[in-house]
Amino acid sequence: MTAVSDQRPALADAAEGDATVLTFAGALNLALADALEADPTVLMFGEDVGTLGGVFRVTDGLAKRFGPDRCFDTPLAESGIVGVAIGMAMNGMRPVVEMQFDAFAYPALQQILSHAAKFSNRTRGRVHLPLVIRIPYAGGVGGVEHHSDSSEAYYAHTPGLTVLTPATVQDAYRMLRDAIRWPDPVVFLEPKKLYFAKETVDLGALREDYARDTADRTGSPRYAAIGKAVVARPGTDATLIAYGASVPVALAAAEAAAVEGRSLQVLDVRSLVPFDDETVMAAVRRTGRAVVIAEAPGFASVASEIVARIQERCFHWLAAPVLRVTGFDIPYPAPKLEHYHLPDVDRVLDAVDELQWEEDE
Amino acid sequence: MDVPTRFSGPAVQSLLPSSEPVQLIDHDGNRAAPQVTKEAYPIPDVDLLLRGYRQLVTGRRVNQQASALVRQGRLAVYPSSFGQEACQVAAALCLAPGDWLFPTYRDTVAAIARGLDPVQALGALHGNWHCGYNPLEHRVSIAATPLATQLLHAVGVAHAAKMRGEDTVVLAMCGDGASSEGDFSEALNFAAVFQLPVVFLIQNNQYAISVPLSRQTAAPSLAHKGVGFGMPGEGVDGNDLAALLAVLGAAVRHARDGGGPTLVEAHTYRMEAHTNADDADRYRSREEVAQWLPKDPLRRMEAYLRTRGTLTDDDAELAAAAAEEVAAQLRNGWQQDDVDPLDLFRFVYSNPTPQLREQAAQLQEELARADKPDAVGSTPSAPQKLQPEGGSAR
Repeated sequence: MTAVSDQRPALADAAEGDATVLTFAGALNLALADALEADPTVLMFGEDVGTLGGVFRVTDGLAKRFGPDRCFDTPLAESGIVGVAIGMAMNGMRPVVEMQFDAFAYPALQQILSHAAKFSNRTRGRVHLPLVIRIPYAGGVGGVEHHSDSSEAYYAHTPGLTVLTPATVQDAYRMLRDAIRWPDPVVFLEPKKLYFAKETVDLGALREDYARDTADRTGSPRYAAIGKAVVARPGTDATLIAYGASVPVALAAAEAAAVEGRSLQVLDVRSLVPFDDETVMAAVRRTGRAVVIAEAPGFASVASEIVARIQERCFHWLAAPVLRVTGFDIPYPAPKLEHYHLPDVDRVLDAVDELQWEEDE
Repeated sequence: MDVPTRFSGPAVQSLLPSSEPVQLIDHDGNRAAPQVTKEAYPIPDVDLLLRGYRQLVTGRRVNQQASALVRQGRLAVYPSSFGQEACQVAAALCLAPGDWLFPTYRDTVAAIARGLDPVQALGALHGNWHCGYNPLEHRVSIAATPLATQLLHAVGVAHAAKMRGEDTVVLAMCGDGASSEGDFSEALNFAAVFQLPVVFLIQNNQYAISVPLSRQTAAPSLAHKGVGFGMPGEGVDGNDLAALLAVLGAAVRHARDGGGPTLVEAHTYRMEAHTNADDADRYRSREEVAQWLPKDPLRRMEAYLRTRGTLTDDDAELAAAAAEEVAAQLRNGWQQDDVDPLDLFRFVYSNPTPQLREQAAQLQEELARADKPDAVGSTPSAPQKLQPEGGSAR
C-alpha cells in the first residue's frame, strides 16, 4: 500500500488485515486524503474544516497531515468560500470546499448559479472550473431548523453544474475522487443520515480498483460513477428509483416486499446531473412499473423530472402510472415531526401496491 | 481611560486614508499644492505619463465610438466610462503582464488599455456571446455584471498565486454601488485575513444607476472601509492620472512585496447616463454634471504635459491617430455575425451531457429543414457537428 497506510483515516475503525470497517464519512475522508496526496493542486477549505476536522469530521486529520496551506479554515462566509474557490480554479488549483449545512449554502447561491455554473460557457470553454462544493444535505438526523434541506433541485436545475450524491460507503469514496478529477464544477451532496453508515471494505482493493479505472486505453480520463446510475438490487416486478438517503429506504422496502413475494428492483441514480437515461429507462422497461423516491418536496423536484423522463421514453412499456414518494411540499419539519415527512418503507410499499397489479392477474 | 494601543496609534492610523484624496495635478493641469498624505507619492516619470496620456486619448475615443455604435444599433448597450478614463488607464498601466485585471462592465477601456483587442473587448455588448475574449490571453477576467462577485474571484486567483510563490498581483475593480454588496465585504475580508496580493479599486463615480453615494454609505469615505478589515485604504482624485498611477503603483508594489491588499477609492464622476438606456435627467441636474466638466482627466493631463514641453503637437497628433485607428477597428468590427447555433451546447460542460447532445441534435434537425431560417436572422452558417465525445462520463 502507499504511504497513506500508516496514517489510517481517523474515521475508519481499524480491523484485521485489509478488511476495514469504514464509515461513509470515513470514506469521504479517505477520498480527500488520497486526492490531496495524488495531486498537489487539490485544496480543501471551508468553515471548521481545519483544526476541528469538520462538524461531521469528514476532513479529520487533513490539516495536520497536509499542512495549513492545503486544508484550512476560512472566515465564516459561504459566498466568499465559493467565490474564492472559483478564482483558485481559474488559476490552476482544484479546490474542494465544504458548505457546513445544506441551508447554509444559500448565501453562496449567486456564486454557484451565476458564476461557477456559467464560467465555461461564458468563456466559450476557455476557462474551466474544476472545483467541488461539498454539501451535507437532507434530513432524518433530528437537526434543528435550516440543517436538513434537500436542496438538490436548485443545483440540478442549473445548467453547467454536475450534481452527485452517493448512497454507499464505497461510492462515497469513488464518487468524491471522481468529482475532484472532473473538469467542471461539482455540487457533491452528502446525505447526513448516511455519514455513520458502515461497510466492511478492503481498502487496498477499493483504491486499486479506483486507480485502475481512471483512464481508458487511449489515456482519456474515465469516471467510475459520474453519469452512471447503478442497479443496487435486482428485481423483476417493479423498479424503485432513489438517490442519497432514500436508497437504503428503497432497499429496505424491496427486502420487505420480497417477504411478501414481490420482486422489486432498486436503482441508485447517484449522478443527478448528468442523468443516466440509458440505465434508468432500461431498468423501467424491464419491470414496466416504477416508483421514484426522494426526500425533497415533490413539487418541481428531481423526482418529478425523473417521472417525466420515464413517461416520455417508456410510455409503451408501462403497466401503471409512475408514482412518486417524496417529502410533502412543506418547509423541513422540526425534529419531532420529521418522521411524518420522510419517505419510509410503509409509504413506499403503499405506492407499490397502487401500481395496478390487478390488471396482470 | 486608557485605550489599548492595538486599537489606536500608528498601526491603526496607517490603515486610514489620507485626510483628502491624493492629488498631484490640479484641475488646470498645474502641479497640485502639497498635501499631507500618509505616504509620499512622487509624481510618476514622464514616460509613464506620456503612455498614460496616449491611452487616455484612446479611451476617450473608445467611449465616443462605442456610444455611437449603440445609436447605430451595432452594440446592444454601452455603459460608458466617459470622464473616468484616468481610472481605466491607471488600472491597466500599474500592472505587469503576469498580473491579473478583474474589470466590471464599465471597464472595457481598462481592458483595451491592458492590450485586449477592442472588438473582442466589446464583444459581449455586440451580443454574439457573453464574453468576446479569452480571459487567459491577457489575464483579464470576464467583465462582471452582477456587482462585486468578481472581487472574490480576484481574491481566489491571488490566493492560488501566493500559494505557488508567484509574485502576481491582482487588481480588482468595482464601483461605489458594489461596495454595499455582501461579496465586497467578503472579498476584502478574505484578502486581508490571508494577506493576499490584491488591490481593490473602487471607482466612486457618485451614482449606482440613479442612487447617489449618500444611499450607499454613511462612512466618511469608501476608503475608510479598509480599516474594518485590517487593510490600508487610500483615497485619490480619480480624474488625476498622475495621482492614480502613484497611489495604485504604491499599492501594487506593496502587494507584490508581500504586504497584502490595499483598498483604493478613486473619486470621479460618471459624466454620462448609466447606459444609453438610462435617463440621467430624472435623478441629477445638468448643473451638477457641469461642475465636473473642468475636472476632465484628459484635458488636465494634456495641459500638464504641454506646459512642461513634454507633449508636442506631433505627439498629440500621433495619439489622436492611434485612437482613430482603434475607433476604426470598432466601426469595422462585427461585419458578419458568424454565430453557430450549435455553440449553445458546446461549452456548458467540458463534454456535453447526453441530454445536451440530444438537444443539439434536435436543433440541428430544425436548422436542416430548408424552410426554417436561422433563428437569429443572420446569415445561416453551416452547423458543425457537436464536438466528438472524448473522455466523457458515458
